[in-house]
Amino acid sequence: MADVSLTKLHKSFDRTEAVCGIDLEIADNEFVVLVGPSGCGKSTTLRMIAGLEEITKGDIRIGGELVNDVPPKDRDIAMVFQNYALYPHMTVFQNMSFGLRLRKYPKKEIQRRVEDAAEVLGISELLQRRPKQLSGGQRQRVAMGRAIVRNPRVFLFDEPLSNLDAKLRQQMRIEIKRVHQHLNTTTVYVTHDQVEAMTLADRVVVMNNGLIEQVGTPGELYHQPRTHFVAGFIGSPAMNFLDCKLERNSGNLEVKLGDMLTLQVPADRGSRYEPYVGRGLVFGIRPEHVHEKRAGEDAFAEVMVNFIEPLGMETMVYFTINGVELCGRVSPEADPRPGQTISLTIDIGKMHLIESETNLVL
Amino acid sequence: MTVSGVSRDFPKPHPSIRGGAFYLWFRRRSTIAVMMCFPLLALITCLVAYPFAYSIYLSMLNKAETAFVGFGNFLFLFKRETFWLVVQQSILFALVAVIFKALIGFIAAHAVNTIPSKGQRKWRGMMLVPWVIPPALSTLGWWWLFEPTYSAFNWLLEEFAVPAVPWLSDVFWARFSVILVNVWVGAPFFLIMYLAALKSIPEELYEAASIDGASAWQKLVHVTLPMMRNIIAITILFSIIVTFANFDIVRVLTQGGPRNSTHLFSTYAFRVGIESGDIPLGAAVSLFMFPALAILAFVILRNVRQRTVSI
Repeated sequence: MADVSLTKLHKSFDRTEAVCGIDLEIADNEFVVLVGPSGCGKSTTLRMIAGLEEITKGDIRIGGELVNDVPPKDRDIAMVFQNYALYPHMTVFQNMSFGLRLRKYPKKEIQRRVEDAAEVLGISELLQRRPKQLSGGQRQRVAMGRAIVRNPRVFLFDEPLSNLDAKLRQQMRIEIKRVHQHLNTTTVYVTHDQVEAMTLADRVVVMNNGLIEQVGTPGELYHQPRTHFVAGFIGSPAMNFLDCKLERNSGNLEVKLGDMLTLQVPADRGSRYEPYVGRGLVFGIRPEHVHEKRAGEDAFAEVMVNFIEPLGMETMVYFTINGVELCGRVSPEADPRPGQTISLTIDIGKMHLIESETNLVL
Repeated sequence: MTVSGVSRDFPKPHPSIRGGAFYLWFRRRSTIAVMMCFPLLALITCLVAYPFAYSIYLSMLNKAETAFVGFGNFLFLFKRETFWLVVQQSILFALVAVIFKALIGFIAAHAVNTIPSKGQRKWRGMMLVPWVIPPALSTLGWWWLFEPTYSAFNWLLEEFAVPAVPWLSDVFWARFSVILVNVWVGAPFFLIMYLAALKSIPEELYEAASIDGASAWQKLVHVTLPMMRNIIAITILFSIIVTFANFDIVRVLTQGGPRNSTHLFSTYAFRVGIESGDIPLGAAVSLFMFPALAILAFVILRNVRQRTVSI
């Protein structure tokens, strides 16, 4: 086991900067997920940690040791690839034992380690098969087994579940979590799927345009996003955004959403928002904090439903305010229909205000 | 399996269409498939089956082609020392040439594969030149390089005070020369096949091997070679057949000499069948390697098929 430290890490491909100087400390035994849209630099960062990509500038330390110029085989890491990268001409046993055989482990030790790993992953009966004879999920387990048998200091996962169907992906998420709890090895996991990131990670690193937008626990990212990007990226369906203005009205702060809608800012946020009065801001509220008006609640707006997404235990409703399509979550009993007008209310305490110029959440 | 409510029968022709049964037979997929294969079957019959059967028939006739002699021509050949010299030379020629073509092609493919893709095309094109030029023509160029009076090679050797080499008149050097030219002509074929095979190996396998701790040599042994095994087997099989059947290089360079030491089956068959006028004996010579090559092809192709199923 080891901690991983990235210091001012840069990577350029010709004139394109893929990673623009990131700093990250990953503690021993920690499960860190790098998440972000395609092209944000997360896979490049992982490949630099693995030693598969040269570093343009900066330092990588594994267990305190500077590994910038250390080849992948000497970094004591194991990696699970998106397309599994299993050797098609080898059996599952040979695939899993390849690294150990190259390191000249005794035969008995190899046998023991492979069988132990196969048992943990439930693939003991597949050891004599070739990758072609396995399903996607089984191949994924073998790829993980190949990583586990080496007992490395760090596990690296590069979008390992993106080729699986939704159900299998969920199963494998649980499997990966279970393996991590069992082995307690430092893990860096790359994905573009925020559900994967939120469910697996001790800490999530949100990346965008080669930079880290925010590092935090899943709860922190969800409830206290630091930037407009993180607020929009984390959460499904995404957070609703509306341009707004902050105004003072007889001592109270109000958020004005266009000409028609005005919301009272909660009293505990007054001092935080005070300096931004009169400035152009973006109002953000998650769909789950917009719901049907219940008895005793004030209506936020009367809106016409554009369309609905019934999900069983809840129904997502889509409607338009100030020309922007927004989403809310209502109970199935409300039984909204497209074209119908419904009264919605919001949990104003859950709102976010974002400064347009800096894109920072206030 | 039948699906209720769905008829798998073809629609019945309208009563007004005459010859309904023939029409149905004509419209069947299997009939259409066979008819579409006819041009290919006709080509194979004319260009492969007929000449092959006719050469077998010819090889069993006497010199005047007037009497059936069974395996007489073959038995006659077995008693001739020259024929066994041809067998020996053909095997030596094919094995040495194929080994060197494969080795050079493999090394060159790796070298070309390391060139960035932008500049790779021109190198690929240049390296294919020996394979693209008609061998009879390029061999003439080689003949000029070897020929004692004008030999550029000997001129070069003399510059370094090395005595001239009898390239085409000494048994060893004549064999060396025909093999050298065959390797020069044939190596680019291996290069292009191996290059295509190399490019089809996913980069991730090498990355996984790097992380597993493999050195460059171990990647070659454990990833590259097993992944290229089918292409290597098929290329070598194809090359062995073509090299055994080689004609133009020996014909232009040595005409089988000195003292029949560079004859291959095809040049010897030409000498016996056309130049000496014994066509049945020539046919027997050319058919001699067929059983061995057929068995080789069967074994190699079966292995390839088995590997394709499991990998």
